[in-house]
Amino acid sequence: MIEWLVPQASSYAASIDNLITLITVLVGFWFLVAQGVFFYFIFKYREKPGQKAQYITGEKKEEKKWISRPHNAVLVCDIVVIAMAIKVWVEVKQTMPPADAKVNVISQQWAWSFEHPGPDGKLGTEDDIRTGDELHVEVGKTYHFNLVSRDVLHSFSIPVFRLKQDAVPGRIIQGWFKPTKTGSFDIQCAEICGVGHGLMPGRIIIESPAAHAAWVAEQSQKKLASAKAP
Amino acid sequence: MSHAHHQEGWVKKYLWSTDHKIIGFQYLFTGMAMALLGGFFAYAFRMQLGFPGKSVPGYGLVSPNEYNALVTNHGTIMIFWFAMPVLIAAFGNFLIPLMIGCDDMVFPRLNRLSYQIFLLSALILIASFFVPGGAFGGAWTAYPPLSAKHQYSLTPAGATLWLLAVALEFVAFLMGGINFVTTVMNSRAPGMKWHQIPVVIWMIVVASIVFMASVGPLVAGAVMLLFDQQFGTGFYDPVRGGDPILWQHLFWFFGHPEVYVVLLPAIGIVIDVIAVFARKKVFAYKTVLYTAFATGILSFFVWAHHQFVAGIDPRMANVFTATTVLISVPIAEMIFVTIATLYGGSIRLTTPMLWALAFVAEFLIGGVTGIYLGSSGSDIYFHDTYFVLAHFHYTFVPIAVIGSFAGVTYWFPKMFGKMLDEKLGKLHFWATIIPFNFIFIPLFITGAAGDHRRIHDYSRFPDLARADLQNLRAIATVATVCMLVAQVIFFFNFFKSMKSGKRAGNNPWNANTLEWSAASPPPHGNFEVLPTVYRGPYEYSAPGRESDFWPQDEPPDGEAEPAQEAAE
Repeated sequence: MIEWLVPQASSYAASIDNLITLITVLVGFWFLVAQGVFFYFIFKYREKPGQKAQYITGEKKEEKKWISRPHNAVLVCDIVVIAMAIKVWVEVKQTMPPADAKVNVISQQWAWSFEHPGPDGKLGTEDDIRTGDELHVEVGKTYHFNLVSRDVLHSFSIPVFRLKQDAVPGRIIQGWFKPTKTGSFDIQCAEICGVGHGLMPGRIIIESPAAHAAWVAEQSQKKLASAKAP
Repeated sequence: MSHAHHQEGWVKKYLWSTDHKIIGFQYLFTGMAMALLGGFFAYAFRMQLGFPGKSVPGYGLVSPNEYNALVTNHGTIMIFWFAMPVLIAAFGNFLIPLMIGCDDMVFPRLNRLSYQIFLLSALILIASFFVPGGAFGGAWTAYPPLSAKHQYSLTPAGATLWLLAVALEFVAFLMGGINFVTTVMNSRAPGMKWHQIPVVIWMIVVASIVFMASVGPLVAGAVMLLFDQQFGTGFYDPVRGGDPILWQHLFWFFGHPEVYVVLLPAIGIVIDVIAVFARKKVFAYKTVLYTAFATGILSFFVWAHHQFVAGIDPRMANVFTATTVLISVPIAEMIFVTIATLYGGSIRLTTPMLWALAFVAEFLIGGVTGIYLGSSGSDIYFHDTYFVLAHFHYTFVPIAVIGSFAGVTYWFPKMFGKMLDEKLGKLHFWATIIPFNFIFIPLFITGAAGDHRRIHDYSRFPDLARADLQNLRAIATVATVCMLVAQVIFFFNFFKSMKSGKRAGNNPWNANTLEWSAASPPPHGNFEVLPTVYRGPYEYSAPGRESDFWPQDEPPDGEAEPAQEAAE
């Protein structure tokens, strides 16, 4: 259902959206039944002259079934939801498929910066490309990210990926994503981080392999030029 | 001389009183005043969100700094200085001695001290807006390091005053809680067995126990945070061996049970009101109690669902998903019980009944949307969006606003000896309920579309700065204004009826519980003769009786109607 509002651009976006749809169907059905019965009773049993209310304790077995049956139905739905929630959670947060590339995500009051591998394809080498506020990735590749914070809590949130992970100072938190759609989309900070919390937008630019290679080449040219300049 | 005497009398009667009813009123009026303040804050920041960058009439421009302070203190006030004082302290104080048939709380002076500390905490919170740097703006959850270091929060005095105010409020409610539990254990009228205690009293007791058992770790956490702020200790500073996540555990270990601390009294009020106006016995009374106990116990094992993506061990999420989703079982059962109570009733749609019914209808929305958030997989997307905000407002507004209105309109005749105006009451009901839904349904949608929380202005986010989303934000803002304006009707009705309403009599609703056999309003000491209890609180429409109610204190052989009811 979320895909009607926000495009799906990662390999696990559909899993999360399907879980949301499943919950909507399950709780939506019981929600409508409960509201239906509730309003029907209000309408049916409104005060009528000369008619006394019934005396029902609700303690007898044949009366109690009217709450124990829906109780059991809720329990069954709960178990289905828990199982599906854990399945999606394990896929997104508990397993890390092998990486094709790595990026570093650095958060601070109030900006994002990103470190991409340079032409050698490896992170943590001389030719890394550092950008402010723009993360460039290649469609179809699995990325691992290292998320850090320099000061307070932040949260690395990319709605089109259905990805959200808090950044905690003093720790490197790892996660992954696999972009499935080219385009440029918002990166948010989803954890309040001070006065500039709303002034901390970022963009993710998902490129085709050729466009991404061109971008890497252009950036490393720039880097070389500026290194030679002084 | 005599004038001075008179002054002293007024102060002693209304400000220095140990009478549980006066203390209840103190909490009620302080809570209502704070609710107005919290409502005004909501008005200011919603105007900024609906119409960004425009000067807000009656406030002015809302800077990012002020926006954060308004959002933070709106949340803090509505939970700690409105929901808790009104639902637990005001109703608890007013109702417990009256409904269990005694003359006062067992610790009346502790009770007085509890309110005084509460008042002090409210004043400190208000004062935090007038110190250099302004009020604290790190959200009501106050996560460190933002809340722990002044160079991050930029509110050196505000953050500490906020923390001090919250800690003092906890102290006040610890005292109140001890009093409530002890009083119900020891001072029940002769004959009142545990299953003859009205549901609302049970709920306040369970809530008080849950509060007292959960708040300790947070008080300790608050002291550590205070030390981090003022003395530069490193409890939450990773550079010096501390851990910011520790605060989140301490905060939510209290913070999630707190939801049930305010929910239980509200649902207790609702069940009592529904029984009276459906003229029905509460369906499966004992089941209601067991679900309350189950909720109370389970509520201690769900806290980390607030922290799924906070950087906790991801395996932990699986445990907390299971506990969180399962707490829907006892809560759903409570709702089923209230619906089942309506079956076969003779329903009178009075103003209190409308509020009680609205609680059920609206709380259901809050309940089912909670499943999306308790389920770890979908919470990855919804966490910290307006979907969460809309969800918990669909629980907290039914609890704090709708539940309080159900209680106030139901017990008003007992509190002040006058009837509220029903026409104005119903007008106020619809003028509150309709805009309420127009605030938060649109915010479910903006949240699902990706609006993240505590953002002063969405214009820097191209995916969110869209006209369709901005229209929804504006609808929510206009509805907020409508809902706030509608409260004028309530206050007009409240004070006008208090002065010149129809006289109420002892038992205007033909209810069974003991408070209705006291005078309206009850004098100091409550009852002329302390009552004896012969039966449960919900013997409505009992077979073989002419009248459709059967007061708890009416002797079994006294089949004849008491004279005063016959006169009415």
